[in-house]
Amino acid sequence: MDQIGFLEPRQAVLSRRREIVADLLDLLPQGCLVHEPRELVPFETDAFVSYRRLPLAVALPETTQQVAAVMKYCNRYGVPIVPRGAGTSLSGGAIPQEDAVVIGLSKMSRILEVDFANRAATVQAGVTNLAISEAVSADGYFYAPDPSSQLACTIGGNIGMNSGGAHCLKYGVTTNNLLGVKLVLIDGTIVELGGKALDAGGLDLLGVVCGGEGQLGIVTEATVRLVAKPEGARPVLFGFDSSEEAGACVADVIGAGIIPVAIEFMDKPAIEICEAFAHAGYPMDVEALLIVEVEGSEAEMEAMLASIIEIAGRHGVKVVKESQSATEAALIWKGRKSAFGATGRIADYICMDGTVPLGQLPAVLRGTAEIVEKYGLRVANVFHAGDGNMHPLILFNANDPEDAARAEAAGNEILKLCVDVGGCLTGEHGVGIEKRDLMRHQYSDTDLAQQMAVRAAFDPQWLLNPSKVFPLEGRPSA
Amino acid sequence: MTPIHEPLSEEAASRLVQVAALSGSPFVIRGGGTRSLHGVPDGAEVLSARGLSGIVAYNPAEMTMTARAGTPLEVVEAALAEKRQMLAFEPNDLRGVLGASGIPTIGGVFATNASGPRRFVAGAARDSLLGLRFVNGRGEVVKAGGRVMKNVTGLDLVKLLAGSHGSLALLTEVTFRLLPVPETAVTIVVSDLNDAEAAAAMATAMSMSVEVSGAAHLPESVRGRFAGGALPQGAATVLRLEGLAASVAVRGEKLAAAMARFGAVSRLEVEGTRRLWREIRDGAPYADGTPRPLWRVSVAPVAGQQLVAALRLETGVDAFYDWQGGLVWLRMEADPEAALLRRYVKAVGGGHATLLRARPEVLAATQAFQPQTEAVTALQARVKAAFDPHNLFRMSGGAIAQ
Repeated sequence: MDQIGFLEPRQAVLSRRREIVADLLDLLPQGCLVHEPRELVPFETDAFVSYRRLPLAVALPETTQQVAAVMKYCNRYGVPIVPRGAGTSLSGGAIPQEDAVVIGLSKMSRILEVDFANRAATVQAGVTNLAISEAVSADGYFYAPDPSSQLACTIGGNIGMNSGGAHCLKYGVTTNNLLGVKLVLIDGTIVELGGKALDAGGLDLLGVVCGGEGQLGIVTEATVRLVAKPEGARPVLFGFDSSEEAGACVADVIGAGIIPVAIEFMDKPAIEICEAFAHAGYPMDVEALLIVEVEGSEAEMEAMLASIIEIAGRHGVKVVKESQSATEAALIWKGRKSAFGATGRIADYICMDGTVPLGQLPAVLRGTAEIVEKYGLRVANVFHAGDGNMHPLILFNANDPEDAARAEAAGNEILKLCVDVGGCLTGEHGVGIEKRDLMRHQYSDTDLAQQMAVRAAFDPQWLLNPSKVFPLEGRPSA
Repeated sequence: MTPIHEPLSEEAASRLVQVAALSGSPFVIRGGGTRSLHGVPDGAEVLSARGLSGIVAYNPAEMTMTARAGTPLEVVEAALAEKRQMLAFEPNDLRGVLGASGIPTIGGVFATNASGPRRFVAGAARDSLLGLRFVNGRGEVVKAGGRVMKNVTGLDLVKLLAGSHGSLALLTEVTFRLLPVPETAVTIVVSDLNDAEAAAAMATAMSMSVEVSGAAHLPESVRGRFAGGALPQGAATVLRLEGLAASVAVRGEKLAAAMARFGAVSRLEVEGTRRLWREIRDGAPYADGTPRPLWRVSVAPVAGQQLVAALRLETGVDAFYDWQGGLVWLRMEADPEAALLRRYVKAVGGGHATLLRARPEVLAATQAFQPQTEAVTALQARVKAAFDPHNLFRMSGGAIAQ
């Protein structure tokens, strides 16, 4: 795939490559700079594997001070910087460019403090999402946002993309669970935003840094909110004869004022793929499946389930299957969370991430099917239905350039449809490079200019992750 | 008399600001004027959002509403009540403590990030705000965010504008998420704990799987002024549970049993509960018609009582706690003691003290918002300039972003 462009590498930087590497070696401890071309290969892309670029070098600092030193250096000499967590971005947020120094946070992976009385944990940015929940689980707490990549993805990356997950319907996304950060600005200044106190004292800079896609600074530490684990949780499977009925059922559940912890949607292709992988016991004779998770006391789960079953009945639900054990519940979630990986075993795919108003779900599912059919491709839908965050996986053959181009074109059309019905291009994966050139479909030039002005307030030379988020044309000249 | 501009449309507001940008004549942005902490700074004219009124779209099934910024809060809440929905963050009403008259507006709620008791579990106003339209200091009409719950498309300007107190832009339209009104609510009351014991009791309650949606401590000095005197003698540590009746009953028993080891436990049923938490939300005991200095201090939950204990050794203070102890309503006897308070806020781990009320001459001499570090102040100034390059939108009493 080569439809998406990158900025032209700065010749002034490329020509000084040897000198820059030598300087960075001086700034960092031994073993913290990768610069041999062969060793740079693992950093050339992320989970948006269709695009790759070798970076100039990769810095793997061990402290905030080292991050600051590298940034100060790059800022002084006009060297672009691409921040990187675990490299699990689905939108190309961590893909480097030839003239850039990647700053990877993988060596900063310690949990610094767990404070149960204040329900907060302070961690380094390279800690994985799941590691936080694991560290506090024995004491009855968890960290709520749960992207499917939570085993690998880092909290720093989650903050960069304002990541979501299946359980965000009740608990909110990263920005709603983030209390504070230590942030290194482009000139090497270290600032602390937020903390264990809830309200910001001035402007809510934390709120804009979260989801800033690594364009405003590099987060090296984060303080996150811990939540007491529910007394019980139970996923229940609801099988339907059509995707439209399942979609309409979701809208009616939410419309009735019932907010489960999660409502996940799978269509038949997704059910087949996930069942073959996880053997989760999904019903195979239905066209669409909802995984609805309720939680709380036994009484609460029973009451909520009864209401949901009643609503599902009105939409002709065919199968209702409650998990009978913790093992069964875990399998149901394993199947769902491995959906992308399991799909990758049978075909190449690109994953869309548009969000639509709930009432539009059935229409957009129909529209998606029509678009994909028009391009002669197949699609599997598996997504967070409760908040309208759709993930059509468009299947294609990466070895066939025409097939790949068709997949990209179909994806773009689906995202435009999401925007046109009142939704947005991306609900949780971020813009990255993937959706960058569609931004003008959602925002006017004035809207984008305002965002770019804020970006420039943090990074006047546009050095941080510069090929991402904003269309390459029409940027202010630095 | 300060001139007041009340544009009746977004376009009119945009033109007004464009003209002002040419002459450099500054504005103070107002909604209902019920949360204004200070007077109008010299030379500034009032730019009011009150002419931009009305609900644009209400979609109960999607739990979202769009309203023009000047829409009275009571109009929004009445429409929501009809469909048994609500604003999750319980916007407070500061008219009592500030002695203000006006009509609170929905734009003012978001511009000040005004959030009540549920804030510590359900998020602040900023967490419910999905999208905005605003007029920046160039007079441009800008849209940010949207109307869906999950949206990471571009920079999250919505968060920046929430709580910006009119320092960046005039909000013209807001889109926000809603929650269903819980079927019922109950308050578990633990009596006669001192501040430190209460902090421990509240931390224990929050560690349990009972979904406490309000945790406040009302020392004996204020206890009688809540719930019409219905709370038992002695300090009251109050814990709210909400939800389906069957579930609240089960959780209530579980919580009451756990709290019994801290002190005598009693219950306040649904009517009393709704009244009590409204009063906690609005700082009711300090709606006393006096100009005695009043602060809202946000610190880490267990630090709240440490802060008050430290202050008591040096000056006369009266206080009660919300947000599990992390929000302190603090009334001073005479002087606001800003320097002392801010030193101790720092000493207990950091946070923010905002001066809500004092005599006008004291207010004029005191910075209302917590001062920031030099680096953060400089960054805020650059962000402010990105919205308002001519510095048209002024605040008095020490702007949050200068």
